Amino acid sequence: MAKVEDYIPIVGQSCIDDLRLLGERLKGKVIQHINSTPVGGGVAEILNRMVPMLRELGVDTKWDVIKGGEQFFEVTKKFHNALHGRAEEITKRDFEIFTETSQQNIENVNTYGDIVFIHDPQPIALIKKKAANKWLWRCHVDVSNPNDRVWGFLMDFIVQYDAAVFSAPAFSRKLPIGQFLIPPSIDPLSDKNKELPQQTIDAVLRKYDIKKDKPIVTQISRFDRLKDPLGVIEAFLQVRKYINCQLILAGGTAEDDPEGVKVFEDVQEKAKANKDIHIILLPHNDIEVNALQWASDVIIQKSIKEGFGLTVAEALWKARPVVASNVGGIPLQIKHKYSGLLCHSIEGASFAIKQLLGSPGYAKRLGENGREHIKNNFLITRHLRDYMLLFLSLYYPEDVIYLC
Amino acid sequence: MSELIRAKEPFRFCTRLHLSELTGLRATTLVQLASLIKEVSGSCIYHHTHRFLQQHQYLSPEPPNDFAYWVTDILGEDELGEKLASIDTVQYSTIRKLRDKIASTIEDYLNNNPLAKVKFARSDEEFYFIKSISFILPTGYIAYDLKEFSEILKKVTIDSIYFHIFEARLRLEKPTNDFALWIERSLGDKGLADELCCFDPYTRTLEDLRNTIIQVVERRISV
Repeated sequence: MAKVEDYIPIVGQSCIDDLRLLGERLKGKVIQHINSTPVGGGVAEILNRMVPMLRELGVDTKWDVIKGGEQFFEVTKKFHNALHGRAEEITKRDFEIFTETSQQNIENVNTYGDIVFIHDPQPIALIKKKAANKWLWRCHVDVSNPNDRVWGFLMDFIVQYDAAVFSAPAFSRKLPIGQFLIPPSIDPLSDKNKELPQQTIDAVLRKYDIKKDKPIVTQISRFDRLKDPLGVIEAFLQVRKYINCQLILAGGTAEDDPEGVKVFEDVQEKAKANKDIHIILLPHNDIEVNALQWASDVIIQKSIKEGFGLTVAEALWKARPVVASNVGGIPLQIKHKYSGLLCHSIEGASFAIKQLLGSPGYAKRLGENGREHIKNNFLITRHLRDYMLLFLSLYYPEDVIYLC
Repeated sequence: MSELIRAKEPFRFCTRLHLSELTGLRATTLVQLASLIKEVSGSCIYHHTHRFLQQHQYLSPEPPNDFAYWVTDILGEDELGEKLASIDTVQYSTIRKLRDKIASTIEDYLNNNPLAKVKFARSDEEFYFIKSISFILPTGYIAYDLKEFSEILKKVTIDSIYFHIFEARLRLEKPTNDFALWIERSLGDKGLADELCCFDPYTRTLEDLRNTIIQVVERRISV
């Protein structure tokens, strides 16, 4: 696993020096992250990198995971969809299941941190254990248009925290507690984002029987309705009428997402008659994801809702031209027609893909601008810095803080 | 090359890191925008007039002003966008004065163009007010003369350059940028100090700004 100093060639020595300065200011504080799954999904991925790096910077960082069970995760998946504004039938029993499992976690999870950092709604009720320590709630979900009933239920917990953290300005709303904007990040040295030798990329394409004889359009995402894989196939079919190309839909499912299997089956059914559509289930195989992104001519991310859309940052970091929905944190990453193309519909996505496949020079320029933007704003070093500043801010009420 | 003057008080390089705090306040129309600009904290105005400098280094020189960007790109009011983008930030010594200028520019425009009052942003394209929390830390780099000063300028982050040029002057309300102040007061070189405060830093990228300062200082050393 990469060390902090390994990032110097990418972000510069002084950027790493700043991180070390901040780490020194947090000596003596224990930071405890708590989420619902150790693997799968963006949160676990970020914590798997973030926790060792914070430790290396001298910040005493721990990571604990709550226990759930199938029923609990079915309910939290419904909550997740409802927070994204999707119509969900949520029963009284669902709230009871959430409360019962939360109560078990309240009894079993030790919240020893000086700062307890709770990720997403699943462990949110642990706030009942708040003592003299500081508590943060990190919302990774797009809550720009949430279901009122679920949001209202969660608000009873949220207001007890010291501060909340959101990934995009559109997710903020008037709250009686402080709220901070911290977009997530990608790790340029991880297996998913590091540069790969051409033979590795070719080997992955061979493994999945994908020939590089026509342009590749790819969406890398969990098989989740909010990622609209069926809409991606529709858009591809519209493009395919005019341009001889192929589509890759690749991704896994997270442990806390029971709906994923059903979505995967629906996608397979829709794609089965077309030999130019490759459906690939990739549970936690980062090198293969990386290779497929590098091999692609256009990356698409046609999400209906998106907490942030880390796959967009991954693709841009590889200087790939991207077509993505104008939702959630995606417009923070793509400035339309400068570092990618934003769309609002299947037809819009199809039109944008045709533009990029038809104008490789334009596509290349968008990709290069995108890489520069990700380098400046969405790498893990910026994320580490923001988290350390966030921790420090809990101890200073001012707008200008002197750490001299 | 003349002998370098050694300062009694060295220049201590600091860096400025920032955290964005969300306010939950948003504007859909120009009327709401003007009203909230007058109401929000100075840290909000500072954020929206300086964010671009650090976040879009590759896009600069661009108007370092979120208000101008939103008015032009979202509401399609190009003329007002141009007026907001061309506000000469260097001329304002306090956030309060800058805020007054931005608000009055929008209000004057609305008085002359009443139809602009009925333009609305889509629900996902509203203007979200964000405030900037600054953290100021010493970097450990100290310069006693111009040679050390220019060598350190090559090493520090653009955040450090940013702090001493932009934040010290406008947010901390110093009469000029920190570099010019030190060179005049501690080295007694008013000519060089004047040279470092007469350009408009808002029209350059931060890397260009760094290179310009280094060139000016090195030219002075070589005289």
